[in-house]
Amino acid sequence: MVTLLDVIIRVLVGIAVLGFLAGSAMFLIWLERKVSAHIQNRYGPMRVGWHGVLQAVADAVKLLLKENIVPREADKLVWWLAPFFAVVPSVMAFAVVPFGKHIIVQDLNIGILYITAVTSICVLSVFMAGWGSNNKYAMLSAMRSAAQIISYEIPLTIAVVTVLMFANTLSMQGIVASQAHRWFIFHPSLALAFLIYMISATAEVNRTPFDISEAESELVAGFHTEYSGMKFAMFFIGEYTNVFIVSAIATTLFLGGWQGPLLPSPIWFLAKTYTLVFVLMWVRWTFPRVRIDQLMGFAWKVLTPIALANLAIAGLLLLK
Amino acid sequence: MSETVKESKHLATEDFLVNMGPQHPSTHGVLYLELQIDGEVVVDCTVHLGYLHRSMEKIAESRTYTQFIPFTDRLDYIASMNNNLAYVLAVEKLLNMEVPERAKYIRIIIAELGRIGSHLLGIGTFAQDLGAFATPLFYGFRDREQIVEIFDELCGNRLTYNYMRIGGVQFDLTKELVDKTRKFVQYMRHKVDDYEWLLSGNAIFLARTKGIGVMPKEQAISYAVTGPNLRGSGVKWDLRKDEPYLGYEKFQFDVCTRENGDSWDRYKVRLDEIRQSLRIIEQAVDGLPEGDPTVKVGRVIKPAVGEAYMRAESPRGELGFYIVSDGSTNPYRLKIRSPSFSNLAVLPELVRGLKVADLVCILGSLDIIMGEIDR
Amino acid sequence: MQPDDLFNLVKSKFPDITRDEQSRAVTVPQSRFFSLMSYLKGLDPAFDNLHCVTAVDWKDHVEVVYILYSFAARQFLTVKVNLGNNALEIESVESLWKSADWLEREVYDLFGVKFRNHPNLQRILNPDDWQGYPLRKDYTHKDLVRKP
Repeated sequence: MVTLLDVIIRVLVGIAVLGFLAGSAMFLIWLERKVSAHIQNRYGPMRVGWHGVLQAVADAVKLLLKENIVPREADKLVWWLAPFFAVVPSVMAFAVVPFGKHIIVQDLNIGILYITAVTSICVLSVFMAGWGSNNKYAMLSAMRSAAQIISYEIPLTIAVVTVLMFANTLSMQGIVASQAHRWFIFHPSLALAFLIYMISATAEVNRTPFDISEAESELVAGFHTEYSGMKFAMFFIGEYTNVFIVSAIATTLFLGGWQGPLLPSPIWFLAKTYTLVFVLMWVRWTFPRVRIDQLMGFAWKVLTPIALANLAIAGLLLLK
Repeated sequence: MSETVKESKHLATEDFLVNMGPQHPSTHGVLYLELQIDGEVVVDCTVHLGYLHRSMEKIAESRTYTQFIPFTDRLDYIASMNNNLAYVLAVEKLLNMEVPERAKYIRIIIAELGRIGSHLLGIGTFAQDLGAFATPLFYGFRDREQIVEIFDELCGNRLTYNYMRIGGVQFDLTKELVDKTRKFVQYMRHKVDDYEWLLSGNAIFLARTKGIGVMPKEQAISYAVTGPNLRGSGVKWDLRKDEPYLGYEKFQFDVCTRENGDSWDRYKVRLDEIRQSLRIIEQAVDGLPEGDPTVKVGRVIKPAVGEAYMRAESPRGELGFYIVSDGSTNPYRLKIRSPSFSNLAVLPELVRGLKVADLVCILGSLDIIMGEIDR
Repeated sequence: MQPDDLFNLVKSKFPDITRDEQSRAVTVPQSRFFSLMSYLKGLDPAFDNLHCVTAVDWKDHVEVVYILYSFAARQFLTVKVNLGNNALEIESVESLWKSADWLEREVYDLFGVKFRNHPNLQRILNPDDWQGYPLRKDYTHKDLVRKP
């Protein structure tokens, strides 16, 4: 029975999560610039605010004030909708992320399935951007990117299913609870699943070494060439939110979610999630880019068979 | 019924023409490549040059020999010292002039420092084109900054030095600079290992560069490819060892060669050459003789009627100057044989049948500079 | 093999070549040019490296200069051909050394020497529609400024 109090609490938690999201996107942009700068032996933004903390705000203000250039022959509706499809699914996924012991917007009993479904919509934004731009290079780039995202969803989902076999439940809080005595990452089969998950997630969010779609030194300029101003910003907010989501899911599935001694549970959750975000950034600024055919070959010929084999082994281990 | 896409008559594919350049982040200058692409595969590549043509050879005919030295800086602007050196050696051969021992040692130190700086930049931009965005480039620039600071203290310039003179060098190496160079050698020895760790063993880097752009030995010799590109294809040829000039025969160093001739080999040859250059600098600094580093030549240099051709091993290959003199103060004809010109000519052959991403990789591994190609 | 021995060997096959004393450059008449080049490429030690191709405008004649190098013998050989002052044409050696492709294009672009049987004789450094041959001594252009 859902009482009015429940509804009010849910709405308040939802608003808090949205607020956190906005702040988190800004924070992640700043973090990326600082991490990349220190890896490259320089300082990064230092002037705007203490150590450049307000740089993201300055960039947002600048992007808001930029002129909105619409390509003449562009498919207007598709072109206009694409940035929304980049941001909205990631925000929707936040509805089932367990931030703390009782801090979750709605603990759906199909939580992880909901996330998988919703994050799959992000492919549409890439394709819509490429199509709507009426630019043959953007279209080529969008198709390559869409192929990449769809291909890497398969090992990703198989890795998640491996976890679900151990957790016995699809609800996010339930998965966290089933790691009460031991985090899933310490289980050998699930450690491999974690690795597969992280690699596939890097490809899902279009980050180096899998960032063919954003490659500037390649021939084509990427699916978001024709976007300027706030629409361009939406793609990037979408990317950083995606980074946060995949790290949050990895934390929940493999690292025990918000569990941890002494400190309050949200602190643990954020600490683990941001550690994974830092690892993703570290990898980005170290490795070169994989070529498109090597990327697809890697997904289908290496990751998917390993993920399937891992699933079978996990099943065998569970039978005992 | 199994047919490939190419064989099937129902799925017709068409080549399309793509222009890469002249403004492009990875063409290393203003280079225009016209590509015929079938899907992702390059069917043909036409190279268009001349966007940076400044007619230096024509200008040389109305400048005196000394006045032309700053122009040579602007050829291969990454390693300007080596250009100065090749030109000055050519003029000295025309004049049959000997330079003092100290000048020879100083020239060798400076040339090798220039070589290290150029290779650091070449490796950094190569990695950047492959997608290791900016990190190896920043490390390369951090180390190159030390070299550039030494040059700055020496002759006052950071990029175009105008340092070598006919008969010697412009300024002498002070004791502080010698110590600074020694410290740099110690510092750089460790840093080269950093680059090895970062790039050489990386699986993605290897997958992108191994087997890409294989240049067989015969093709390299026929196209007159020189420098690290030639050595990467298995030809053990280095002017400093095989046709020594400036006294290089006194120094101990190895000629770095690799067997396969692919992009990884060319990159690795450059990395190894940095180590060898450090060896040479160390020996030169230890054995630096005393004396005056410049021979007094008059203000006006008038070589006898005749001609001379002299080449030096610059970081990109063999840079040669062919000078014809008619007895006046200006050269009658000055031809600059630039290494990158011949190195670039082989690009269409290497790229046929590979993907666009591989073209970017091969172009980066050839390490060309448009300033020297277009002159 | 010593440079003098090499020259004598070549002279025995091609009697009408001459050698300049100061520069050691070999001058060959135009008619025997291509056979000399093929001979040098097939010689032992082979001149397998066409290092540089250029031209010099001597006002009354244009001279094309080929600088060949042999890795095995570690020797240079400069071959010059006197082309007179009009009908500047010579056989292309691109079929012997691939490096001649662009080097000859450059000589065509700057001097106007036409190379027969060249696969792609077009301007390389100047724009495709440029008039005139810039490195000729009698070249003028309304924007050309000579340093006084």
